[in-house]
Amino acid sequence: MWRRIVALVVKEFLAVLKDRKSRAVLLVLPFLQLGVFPFATTFEVTGIRLAVLNEDAGAEGRELVSRFTATPTFRAVATLTHSSEIAPMIDSRRAELVLHVGKTFSRALKTGASAPVQLIADGRNSNTALITLAYAGEIVGAFGREHARAPLPAALVDRAWFNPNLGSLWSILPGILAIIISVATTSITAFSLAREKEVGTFQQLLVTPLRPVEIVIGKTLPALAIGLGESAVIVAAMVLLYRMPLVGRVGLLYVGIPLFLLANIGMGLMVSSVARTQQQALLGAFLFLLPEVILSGFATPIGNMPDWIQTLTYVNPMRYFLVISQGVFLKDLPADAVLAQAWPMALIALGSLTVAGWLFRRRLY
Amino acid sequence: MTAPPAREARLAGLRRLRGLMRKEAVQIVRDPSSIIIAFVLPALLLFLFGFAVTLDARNLGVAVVVESPTEETASFTAFFQGSGYFAPRFYTERKPAEAALLRGEVQGVVVLAQAFPEALAREGGAAIQVIADGTDANTGNLFLGYVNNVWRDWLAYRALAGAGGAAEPVRAEPRIWFNPEVESHHFLVPGLLAIIMTITGALLTALLVAREYDRGTIEGLLATRARIGEILIGKLVPTFLLGMGGVAVNTAMAVWLFGVPFRGSFWVLAGASALFMAAALGMGLLISTLAKNQFVAGQVTIMVGFMPAFLLSDFVFNLAGTPGWVQAISYAIAARYFIAILKTVFLAGDVWAVILPNSLALFAMAAVLLALARALTRRRLE
Amino acid sequence: MAGGATIELVGLTKRFSGARGGVAALRSVSARIEPGRITGLVGSDGAGKTTLMRVIAGLMAADEGEVRVENAAEVGYMPQSFATYEDLTVADNLALYADLEGVAGAARRARLDELLAFTGLGPFQARLAGRLSGGMRQKLALACALMRPPDALLLDEPSVGVDPLSRRELWEIVSGLAAKGALVLWSTAYLDEAERCAAVLVLHQGRLVYAGPPGSFTGPLAGRTFALYAPAASLRAVQRRAGVQPGIVDAVRRERALRLVVAEGPAPKLADLLAEDERAGAALEPVRPTFEDALVAALRSTAEPSPTPLLAAPAPIADLDRPTARPVEVANLTRRFDSFVAVDSVSFAVERGEIFGLLGPNGAGKSTIFKVLCGLLPPSGGTALIAGIDLSRARAAARERIGYMSQRFSLYGELSVGQNLAFFAGVYGLSGRRKRERIAAVSAEFGLRALEDERAGALPLGHRQRLALAAALLHEPAILFLDEPTSGVDPVTRREFWLRINALAEAGVTVMVSTHFLEEAEYCDRLAILYEGRLIALGSAADLKRAHAPPGTTAPPGIEDAFIALIRAQARAAA
Repeated sequence: MWRRIVALVVKEFLAVLKDRKSRAVLLVLPFLQLGVFPFATTFEVTGIRLAVLNEDAGAEGRELVSRFTATPTFRAVATLTHSSEIAPMIDSRRAELVLHVGKTFSRALKTGASAPVQLIADGRNSNTALITLAYAGEIVGAFGREHARAPLPAALVDRAWFNPNLGSLWSILPGILAIIISVATTSITAFSLAREKEVGTFQQLLVTPLRPVEIVIGKTLPALAIGLGESAVIVAAMVLLYRMPLVGRVGLLYVGIPLFLLANIGMGLMVSSVARTQQQALLGAFLFLLPEVILSGFATPIGNMPDWIQTLTYVNPMRYFLVISQGVFLKDLPADAVLAQAWPMALIALGSLTVAGWLFRRRLY
Repeated sequence: MTAPPAREARLAGLRRLRGLMRKEAVQIVRDPSSIIIAFVLPALLLFLFGFAVTLDARNLGVAVVVESPTEETASFTAFFQGSGYFAPRFYTERKPAEAALLRGEVQGVVVLAQAFPEALAREGGAAIQVIADGTDANTGNLFLGYVNNVWRDWLAYRALAGAGGAAEPVRAEPRIWFNPEVESHHFLVPGLLAIIMTITGALLTALLVAREYDRGTIEGLLATRARIGEILIGKLVPTFLLGMGGVAVNTAMAVWLFGVPFRGSFWVLAGASALFMAAALGMGLLISTLAKNQFVAGQVTIMVGFMPAFLLSDFVFNLAGTPGWVQAISYAIAARYFIAILKTVFLAGDVWAVILPNSLALFAMAAVLLALARALTRRRLE
Repeated sequence: MAGGATIELVGLTKRFSGARGGVAALRSVSARIEPGRITGLVGSDGAGKTTLMRVIAGLMAADEGEVRVENAAEVGYMPQSFATYEDLTVADNLALYADLEGVAGAARRARLDELLAFTGLGPFQARLAGRLSGGMRQKLALACALMRPPDALLLDEPSVGVDPLSRRELWEIVSGLAAKGALVLWSTAYLDEAERCAAVLVLHQGRLVYAGPPGSFTGPLAGRTFALYAPAASLRAVQRRAGVQPGIVDAVRRERALRLVVAEGPAPKLADLLAEDERAGAALEPVRPTFEDALVAALRSTAEPSPTPLLAAPAPIADLDRPTARPVEVANLTRRFDSFVAVDSVSFAVERGEIFGLLGPNGAGKSTIFKVLCGLLPPSGGTALIAGIDLSRARAAARERIGYMSQRFSLYGELSVGQNLAFFAGVYGLSGRRKRERIAAVSAEFGLRALEDERAGALPLGHRQRLALAAALLHEPAILFLDEPTSGVDPVTRREFWLRINALAEAGVTVMVSTHFLEEAEYCDRLAILYEGRLIALGSAADLKRAHAPPGTTAPPGIEDAFIALIRAQARAAA
């Protein structure tokens, strides 16, 4: 049995490495993704276009405005003179935030009355608006505390663990690792069987003494090896090129990676056993990868999703791997926490590979 | 003897077009791959982005550590429970709370230390320690912002209740226009139109054209009197209509199912959609005439059509936060202009200052892509 | 139709910038094609037929030379490989081409009816083109190409994949057009068709090697073709010897005789061909040369010498486990797909060392029987046993006894020849010394040594066929399945292939062949003729020809005549 599997594995490797399309999927795509994704997938806001309407005659008003213009977060694009100018500024998207300091601002501040400052944000992208307002609120808050006549009874002392600057790069990269290796292994396995069907070698395989289990193993091992190799390169690139901290144990990361890869390979093989052509395999892989990524907690936390969708995510292998990946890189996630994420992936891998093998036997007829 | 020859020729041309269009329409309906692209993928995207993806953090897990409970701490924690932002869990010690943070069970920790109640009365006030989980930077930021809100509300309440201390001396009054409830669906669902149209326009067209080369049917077509322009238009019109149908369905779903406001005019939306669709079709046509193989055409379209429309268009991610070179690339992405128009038409209204320049860009892209595709499609097989 | 259309080709040359730096598909081809008759364009795969068709149709530009078309307002072109849309119905396809060709108004309905009537597609208008049989699909393609009655009609291999009956009908339709004065250029790999044309153009490696009536093509062979009868000898052995004998251009088995084509010079003598003990009752009779003889002779003179001596001694073949059981035994085999009966209660048995042919049009059930026998499909009823074993239930290891070569010569195109062999050796469980020995043995026998590092996908079709057969024989199977083994391969390569198969059979390998090339039936010891899933005749080619000769024929009937007579009888019985 192993002799036959070895022959299949060797052939599979050769076929993947010699085929131009597979090479592109393996060698070009991942590095393109690694080069562009981390920069593109950001929620960070910088250079927010700010318009200022300062109706206050006092020094305090000017000082507050200068606090805004001094940070790189905001870029003053216009100074307004009348409140009627606010709406066109926002409507036409020339400004994303308008800072409106009222006439009574300095007076109120001096008399101890609460001095209002209006912040008007463009809600067409509510996420950016929220983050912008949070920044603006902090500036206003800090300004206010300095000008407070009576000290506040309590103050927040906040910091972020694991990623002190809350930089989006560090929180994105562990997810990019997950995306790249799942895209690569899923597509490679999805295409490989479909190609054999298209070319006609599949029939030829089936009349040899190979059993379906052996074919599944023979298709799985090369993809697993390729995925492991690719993951090693990406982890190295993350640490060396992107200066990503790796505070946890790499060994624990490699508890998760093989299981995650196997789960994806199983899915790829399932797609492959249903698809009749490579083009169908491409669409099938796409139909699987899209929800896998979006329902993984990569872009938005799973906790924000409706309950029934949260239930759905339990069959998504990336959901578990993302916790391990982020945990090991940034947090030094303990071994038992890694195992708690690992076993569901093992279960998914087992399930998908079994179904793939079964589907695959059925599709012979 | 009947119609003049010029008119006769025009009629024959129209008949050829009609025949080609009917053929394409039938093929789309009968092919499982086109069905997937034209109907299943859009439905999946609408499902994912309509229901699953929400950028508004609600019910964030927070570990609230109260080392010595008093009335003061109780009034503070009550604000956490009532805020709607948080699903607080209570601890009396830091250690287990920090462990929960490490395991990702909560997104942050708020600590009211042993000395908190006494310190409230003291000069300098009491410190409330807040720790956010930075692994997800966006959620971390939101968490800190929400804690800030809770804290401010609590201060204001204390000041009013005369429990001592002052409210904040400067009161920031935030207003979020167009989307006051800060519903991320309100901008995600309109943006989705651009993604779905990229799929039906570019991907479907790419596969339809590449298929003619793949199956060798192009040879039969080219041997007839049909002109290249007619063959291309015959391919484009059915997908164009399908894409516009998609716009209508999606707009209806956005407004009635997801409650997105629609403040602009329908004609502006239709016009901009038509321009974008033309650009998407041009891209699909260009890719397929170059690839001549369904599989390669599909892969390339996903790489240069779908992915950039998704990532570099302000759809979900914030384009302004990306480095300059990424922003530079984004100018070549048609979806970027269309999404700007979409968000405005849905949420703000007919703001011509936004609509005109972006439409102009779309028009230019459509013209260039279609012209290139036409120029590169040859009458001969080589 | 004043004057009639003519096409004149003047020094056409077309090069392709391929991976191997520029391949010439056409090399200064000059010819004149006349109206009012069918001109055959003959040549093997890759000879340049399709390129020539495309250049004439204006779909490709020649690098040198020109095509002069005179008096042809309408040129119809029917490309190879079904240019119809499989996901459209017959009516949709016709409507599309009517629109494209500007057939409108009152004339439209009339023309469509006319086309439907004379292609016999009337009852199938609502059927998807993809669901039509090969023959009907070609008729549909022809109808589309004929939408405007053309003055000149270019048909690129219209009869590939079409059953003999439909082939004949197609020929009659086109003959009718030619009789009305149209110019018809019909490219084909079927030599019997070439023989029926009024004129032929024979292409070989891009060169025009002959132009003129097919009768004159055989002219140079007059007095050089013989039939050798040797009842006391093994014809296969004689054939193998003759294949390497100087002065013998070609030797091919036909029924009980061996057909010989000899080089120019004195006629061969029995003593040169047969050993003493084989000569009892032997006779050597001159016969009329055929088009195939002429083509093989023409190609042999230009072709590279065959890479291995065809004398290859039969390889020792591993024996079956249970010598008592027959190698193949099929009893009342039925296979249904939903309500469709693909194989209907078929029974036959094959003896050890026999070459057994399954013959029939596409969709007759040949490949379904193959799949059931190889264990790829379970039977719906009846049994199909290989050496007494049902492969669909047996353990996978039982499949080690069979070798299988598929129609498409399924190899891994990206892998080299050596890697392909190593792979197939591995999956058949060979290892170590035995693996090395077997790979060396088949490489030597099939002349693959020099090609070891070539990419399998880049090999010419003939070499690919050899590699596929070599791969199927690595593990020395007792039973060999050949599914349409020679489709698309030129006649010379086909000859070599059959010589090898003969040698294997002689060594005791049981060979099952499926084919729709009726000429190939002659190579089989026995034939099973299938039609619509049923076995309608079983016996040797000679028996079948005698038993089913169409009434009233005097000339010796071909297997095709017998086949068509059989099928017509079936159709009558059904009605």
